[in-house]
Amino acid sequence: MFIPHTSADRAAMLRAVGIEKLDDLFKDVPAKYRFPTLNLPPALSEMEVSRELQDISLANESVHDLVCFLGAGVYNHYIPAAVDAIIRRGEFLTAYTPYQPELSQGTLQVIFEYQSNVAALTGMEVCNASHYDGATAVAEAVNMAYANFRGKRTKIILSPAVNPQYRQTVRTYAEGSPVVLVGDDPQSDLKANPDSLIPLIDVDTALIVVQYPDFFGRIYDYTKLAEAAHAMGALVAVSVNPIALGLLKAPGYMNADIVTGEGQPLGIPLSYGGPYLGLFATRKEYVRKMAGRLTGETVDNRGQRAYVLTLTAREQHIRREKATSNICTNQGLMALASTVYMSLLGKNGLRQVAELCFHKAHYAAQAITNLSGYSIWSSTPFFNEFVIQTPTPVSEINDLLLDHDILGGYDLSQDYSDLSRHMLIAVTEMNTREEIDRLVEVLSEVSNG
Amino acid sequence: MKIPSTLKYTESNEWINLEGKTGTIGISDYAQDQLSDIVFAEVIVNEGDILKKGDSIATIESVKAAADVYTPVSGKVISVNEDLGRAPEVINTDPYGAAWIIKIELNTPGETNSLMDAAAYEKFVQEQQ
Amino acid sequence: MGEPQLCDISVSGRQGINFPQPDVPLASFPEGFIREDLPMPELSELDVIRHYTRLSQLNYSIDTGYYPLGSCTMKYNPKINEETARYPGFAFTHPLQPIETVQGNLALMYTLQEWLKEIGGFAGMTLQPAAGAHGELTGVLIIRSYHRSRADNKRDKILIPDSAHGTNPATSAMSGLRVVEIKSDSRGNVDLDALRQECDDTLAGLMLTNPNTLGLFDEHVEEVIRLVHAAGGLVYGDGANLNALLGIIRPGDVGFDVMHFNLHKTFSTPHGGGGPGSGPVGVAAHLVDFLPAPVVGIIEEGDQEMPPLYGFITPSKSIGRMKSFHGHFGMLVRAYTYISMHGGPGLRKIAEHAVLNANYLLALIKGTYHLPYDRLCMHEFVVEGQWPDAPEIHALDISKRLMDYKFHPPTNYFPLIVHEALMVEPTETESKETLDAFAEALIKIADEAHHDPTLLKEAPHVTPVGRLDEVKAAKELVLCCGVATVDK
Repeated sequence: MFIPHTSADRAAMLRAVGIEKLDDLFKDVPAKYRFPTLNLPPALSEMEVSRELQDISLANESVHDLVCFLGAGVYNHYIPAAVDAIIRRGEFLTAYTPYQPELSQGTLQVIFEYQSNVAALTGMEVCNASHYDGATAVAEAVNMAYANFRGKRTKIILSPAVNPQYRQTVRTYAEGSPVVLVGDDPQSDLKANPDSLIPLIDVDTALIVVQYPDFFGRIYDYTKLAEAAHAMGALVAVSVNPIALGLLKAPGYMNADIVTGEGQPLGIPLSYGGPYLGLFATRKEYVRKMAGRLTGETVDNRGQRAYVLTLTAREQHIRREKATSNICTNQGLMALASTVYMSLLGKNGLRQVAELCFHKAHYAAQAITNLSGYSIWSSTPFFNEFVIQTPTPVSEINDLLLDHDILGGYDLSQDYSDLSRHMLIAVTEMNTREEIDRLVEVLSEVSNG
Repeated sequence: MKIPSTLKYTESNEWINLEGKTGTIGISDYAQDQLSDIVFAEVIVNEGDILKKGDSIATIESVKAAADVYTPVSGKVISVNEDLGRAPEVINTDPYGAAWIIKIELNTPGETNSLMDAAAYEKFVQEQQ
Repeated sequence: MGEPQLCDISVSGRQGINFPQPDVPLASFPEGFIREDLPMPELSELDVIRHYTRLSQLNYSIDTGYYPLGSCTMKYNPKINEETARYPGFAFTHPLQPIETVQGNLALMYTLQEWLKEIGGFAGMTLQPAAGAHGELTGVLIIRSYHRSRADNKRDKILIPDSAHGTNPATSAMSGLRVVEIKSDSRGNVDLDALRQECDDTLAGLMLTNPNTLGLFDEHVEEVIRLVHAAGGLVYGDGANLNALLGIIRPGDVGFDVMHFNLHKTFSTPHGGGGPGSGPVGVAAHLVDFLPAPVVGIIEEGDQEMPPLYGFITPSKSIGRMKSFHGHFGMLVRAYTYISMHGGPGLRKIAEHAVLNANYLLALIKGTYHLPYDRLCMHEFVVEGQWPDAPEIHALDISKRLMDYKFHPPTNYFPLIVHEALMVEPTETESKETLDAFAEALIKIADEAHHDPTLLKEAPHVTPVGRLDEVKAAKELVLCCGVATVDK
């Protein structure tokens, strides 16, 4: 199987080491606890494990079985066949972190191209090799802003329209740090324009965090907010859905200082929660404050262009307790998947997918508005997600939708006490007109019955 | 290894040139050698800042290491070497001259007594190796 | 010859994949929001496939060669893992789906929690952390929260051995705790006197990697743990080296209060060129309430007819959320598959052969390379990459020369307490032939170091690129194709 040793191998090796039996290797382990019996099921062969896992997987209903209108941070987008063909290659899949650049030019050039693509997409100057996901990327942005001001500014403003899970993650990370998190208390007026956060910005503010499109799907121009922040010397971080940037103006052009995001929509499967991809980009002047790996271009001793991990002196293995972050692993394989996706779609394909999402979502929203008992919560422009007010609790509607093999939108009452009976609906290029019509039909059953 | 006799030294490898109440601070030849090729340097204090002995005044990075520089004395920053950020490699080539980091006006008598002279520092460096 | 960059091969008008025309009426775009330019590459699918396939061929990987990297556990990544993780019922489920529609996933996660608890000797488990360092942060935040919950707010000190991985002090600093380094003794154990001096009422905990990064099992581990507990502190286990302990000892049994697992090391999930990882954290009974949310639990008990209903639970004193959703599910499926194929005795066999391989390799090269701690090692060992009679040669040169012998080098310059360290971990999936060949290469290189050092100094010779100018990379930062400009 995976351990190749024959008894002859073992005998020869034990002889070379100078011990009698395998147990002798563990004489330093306290006898009292040594060699416990592990209460685990008996080993299965590959054939058996394959069957067992299949059975377990069939106890689920996937977005292949159900029509998906659920988003709220990760989305059902089409993944081109070429993406998996590349990431399954053993040379990428089973390669180690590229600390020895002479043996890792494949991985290093991929990261370099990933950095380039994400920088171009977000309108920023530099991008790192990724963080774990969209939530931890925001937490790292908070760390970075705090470190940037050397602890002299402790206030972090979080828009309440930033993904609730992201804000929860920031709060967990902020334990043990002097940062003070404001702006998103439960009494916040969720319909207010983000410019309403401007009065909160002062000389103690290190960072203000907003989302684009926001958690409710709305799009705002943050240029004025960025101006106000910069006037006070504070930084602005915008968390993005990268698919939206195929169509919409990028935050780099609104003078954002940091752009983070969840890269899952770029060719990464939903996979029940991960692994995903934390995008992180910034301006060149902040590159040394940014955590995470960075690949740079250089030359080798034969004069060839080559790539290497650079500015590693910032990282934990050198700075140790003085590092901005403890991050070691990035999301290498996911960054590769997204780079292949972005290369395959390219400038026109990314625009095409974004437009499909936009038009289909607006078609759905228009149809739902026409149903009695339902309304669209906000008139602010949106990309591919929007909030509807429902006649009965969202959970009941979703139960009904499930009966029709439809996965309904996100129940916002879970996170916002003011939004009971509000559902966040996402529409992507994967949703056909027929599927949208069917959604509307089932929804109408509720308002009528 | 150059260790000018006119300077005083610390165990974190800074040197200080004391002229009356003014001190000029940098990092020693041994320190720059340990770091090897320096690619980045940033002075993190400004003119007018009041510092306590041991406060961090600069960050220096090479390809394989990063180091903080600390002031060996308390006082007020009189001037900061603006050129260091532009040409950090000068720390490797001229650690005691063009690579000075800050000039400081001392405000706490007695602190300089605990600094090492050139002979003591030389011994200290030998013990590290 | 290098592979061109995407921007070099991009041709305006090419597109790698097409999408259908909209089947709905077109809505009007909001004014002022549409981007004018999207400077992304334009390639055909063949361009993309050739480009990335050729790039892959520049890489070394487990599938092509042996990685003796200490503390990385570069064992073979079974292909069946790639199959099971891709079953549509796993790969195409949304993390926010109603729990009734994903009972398969939840049952898998619950079972994996139970298995890891059993393997580590723990009472509670979270599968949420994304990687080892993330697991460390989780564990240290739990320790901090535990003390605060008992109003024990003086405890802000974390002790870390001088042999520890850099993530340990970085994690402690991120948690707002101060780091005090504890030295190792001459046999590579935690120095008990040094430890005793720091055991006071400011002690929050000790972060211990065991076996440590020297590959040595701490000969006083029970005493170390007892001292920390007696002073009111908790012991965090860095589980990076768990491969040596599977079925040999359970850290929870010896007294570790909290430990992270590295699924991408011990449990064969692939490294992917730098990630993703997965870093579940196990805790002792008194810390179960502090686990990050959500954890998978049984919402409704089952009976003869019905399986239990699984769902998500928020522990009563939870430290909160460490990231979005509940963990790297795709990696959890792989680890589940792996453990299923081994069972208890199979896991013990892994540890036995990992440790046998390391000791065998050590026996072969011990005469040629200096071993600072002459003890039976566990799954890895550290030797010095230098000789007093070849002062020009450093660990780096040996590493680069190994590449000419078609081997990836061992871990360099870590742990910091050994000069010119070379940390070697064979793992159990390497055969005796591979180890013999590796030892032979190392011995040849030692000979070259003494008689023909230029071969090392100018190595590598046969790799796609030679030694890189890292100073240039750091000073002339080029981090994107061309130079990314922001046109306003």
